[in-house]
Amino acid sequence: MRKFAIAAAAAIAFGATAAEADVVKVGVIGPFSGPFAIQGKNFKAGIDAYIAEHGNKIGDNTVEIVYRDVPQADPAQSKALAQELVVKEKVQYLAGFYFTPDAMAVTPLLKQANVPMVVMNAATSSIVAKSPYVVRVSFTTWQTSTPIAQVALDLGVKKVITVVSDYGPGVDAENAFKAAFTKAGGEVVQAIRMPLSTNDFSPIMQRVKDSGAQGVFAFLPSGPTTLGFMKAYADNGLGKAGVRLFAPGDLTQESDLPALGEAAAGALTTFHYALSHDSDENRRFVENARKAIGNPAELSFPSVGAYDGMHVIYRMIEATGGRQDAEKAVEAVKGLSWESPRGPVSIDPESRHITQNIYLREVARAEDGSYYNKEIRTFEKQGDPGLAAQ
Amino acid sequence: MQTVLSIAVDALAYGMVLFVISIGLSVTMGLMRVINLAHGAFAMVGGYCASYVAHAGFGYGIAIVAAMVATAIIALPLERLLYRRIYGASELTQVLMTIGITFCVIGLVNYIFGPTLKTVPLPEALRGSVDLGFRSVAKYRLFAILCGLIVAGGLWYLIERTAFGVRLRATVDNANMAASLGVRTQIVYAASFALAVALAAFGGVVGSELLPLEPYYALRYMVTFLVVVSVGGPGSIPGALLACLLLGAIDTIGRYLAPEYGEFFFYLAVIVIVTLFPRGLAGRLKKQ
Repeated sequence: MRKFAIAAAAAIAFGATAAEADVVKVGVIGPFSGPFAIQGKNFKAGIDAYIAEHGNKIGDNTVEIVYRDVPQADPAQSKALAQELVVKEKVQYLAGFYFTPDAMAVTPLLKQANVPMVVMNAATSSIVAKSPYVVRVSFTTWQTSTPIAQVALDLGVKKVITVVSDYGPGVDAENAFKAAFTKAGGEVVQAIRMPLSTNDFSPIMQRVKDSGAQGVFAFLPSGPTTLGFMKAYADNGLGKAGVRLFAPGDLTQESDLPALGEAAAGALTTFHYALSHDSDENRRFVENARKAIGNPAELSFPSVGAYDGMHVIYRMIEATGGRQDAEKAVEAVKGLSWESPRGPVSIDPESRHITQNIYLREVARAEDGSYYNKEIRTFEKQGDPGLAAQ
Repeated sequence: MQTVLSIAVDALAYGMVLFVISIGLSVTMGLMRVINLAHGAFAMVGGYCASYVAHAGFGYGIAIVAAMVATAIIALPLERLLYRRIYGASELTQVLMTIGITFCVIGLVNYIFGPTLKTVPLPEALRGSVDLGFRSVAKYRLFAILCGLIVAGGLWYLIERTAFGVRLRATVDNANMAASLGVRTQIVYAASFALAVALAAFGGVVGSELLPLEPYYALRYMVTFLVVVSVGGPGSIPGALLACLLLGAIDTIGRYLAPEYGEFFFYLAVIVIVTLFPRGLAGRLKKQ
C-alpha cells in the first residue's frame, strides 16, 4: 500500500512536470471585438470545433491556444501583439490573421523568433512570399475570382463591366477577373472602383446599365454594404433586363444571407467553401462549429480556414515532437494533403498556399424558406494564379 | 436626358433618406444646443425594435410606430439622468458623454442581438419597383421621398405654428425667462428630446434599406449626420432639407460620373459651403 502511494505520488509529480514541459502554445491573432468581431468568432469556432473533434493532445503534448485581439486592420498593433506572444507567452506557432496588413506586419519576425505562421484568412497573394515560414490555409481573392470568368463565358456573356470596392482585395478581384476573362476571349467594357464607404449603389447600377454590358462582375467585402448593393441590383431592374451578376463568394457570405434574402436569389458566386457542402466531414464540422459559435446564423467561411489551420498546426507539432523548430515544422506540411470540410485540399510545396476546389454556387431557397449557397459546379485543384501574375 | 432624369430621381431619394435620418439631430443640436453624437445609436435602436416587431409578424406600420415609441421610452430616463446634466455645458463635455453613450449602446446591441445584419421586411406594397417610363425605381425609394416631405412639413408646422413650438423656441432662447413666464421648461426639454429621438428611430427604420442595421451603425454614419446638420444650419428645417438635397445630388452625381474619386466631391462641397456659410446654409439666410 505504502509502495503504491509512493508510486502514485511519483507518477503525479512526474506527470505534472512532464505535462507542463510539453504544453505547446499557439498564438491566434484576429478581430475578436469591434466591427469585425464576427470574423474573430468564426476563427474561434473553427478552432474549437477542431479541438472538440481531435482533442487537445498530440502524443504527449498538450495544445493551448492564446488569443489576441486586433479589432480592425492595424499592422502596428498586430506586430506588437505577435512580439508579446513570442517573447512573453513563448508561443511556438502564430496563427489567425483576418486582414492582410496584419499578417504582413508579422512576417519579418518569424525567422528570428523561429515560429511558423499559419494564415487562416488574409487573402492577398503576396503574403506567402514574405517569409518561408508562412503557410496559408484560407484562399486568395485571385483564387476565388478567376473561375467565375469561365462561368460567365459559358453562359454566353461576352461583355462585362467590373464594379469593385476601391481597396486592395477589390483591386485584386478586378485584376483577377480581367486577366481570366480577356484571356478566354471576353471583353471588360468598363472597370468601376467605388469607395468603401458607398451606401447608395443606385448611381453605380445606372452606370452598369448605360455601359451596355451583358454582365457585371462585383466585389465588395462581406458585411453591411453588400446588402445595399444586392438590393440596388434587384431594385434597378438589372436582373430583369438580363444583366447577370457574377462575384466571388464574399458577396453572399452565409452570415449575411438571412438579411440579403430574395435580393440575392439566383446570384452566381465562386468560392472555396459553402456551409452547405455535401460531405460527412463538413456535416460533422458544421455541427461542432455551430455548437462552438453559439448562434448558428453567425457561422461562415473564416471558421473553415481556422479549422484547417489547426489541422496543419497539429501535423507540425506531430512532426517536431513538440519542440520549437519552425523550419522542420513548415517542411513537414509541404505537400500535405487531407480531406477538409470544404473538400480535398493540399499545401502546395512551392508557394505554401492551399490548393483546393473552387465551387460555383447559386443562392437558392431551402425548404424552410431560408437562403443558402448551393454548390452547382466544381473547379478542381485550383492553385493561386495571383502569385504568378505579380 | 434619360440618364439625367435617372440620376435626379436617385439623388432626390438619397437626399430624402439623409433628411429623415438627420433631422432629429438638427433638432437636438440647433434647438436644444446639445451635440448629440448618440443620435445614430438611437436610430439604430429604433431600427432593431422595428426589425424584431416586423419579424414577429406585425405590419410595417406597427413596426415603425413601435420603434418610435420604444426608443422614446428608452431615451426618456437617459434624458432625465444624463442629458439634463449637459444642457448648456461645454461642447467637449457634451461630445465626450454622448460618444460614451454611443459606445455603450454598440456594446449592448452587439452583446444582446449579435453582430449580424438586421433587416426590416418591407410590406408587399413597398416591394419591387415601379416603371417611371425612363427607368424603374424601387417603390421603397418613393416611399422614403414621401416620408421626408411629411416629416419636413409636420416638423415645420410643429415648431413654427403651434403653442408647443413657441414654448420650445422660448425655452431654448432663454430658459430662465421662459420659466419665469410659466413655461415648464423641463417638460419642454424632455418632450423635444423624445421627439428628436423618435425622429431618429423613424429615420433608422425608413433608411434601413440604404443604411443597413448592424451594431456599428451608430458610429458608421455619424459623420454623415453631422455634416448634414452643419451644412444645413443646426435647428433649421428648410436648411436641413436644402443641405440633404444638395449633398445627396453632389454625392450621387459624383458616384455616377467619377466613382474612383470616392467621396472627394462630397467633402469638397462641404468644405466650400462651410467656408462660405460658417453657420450653415440657413444660418446665413436668417442673418440677412
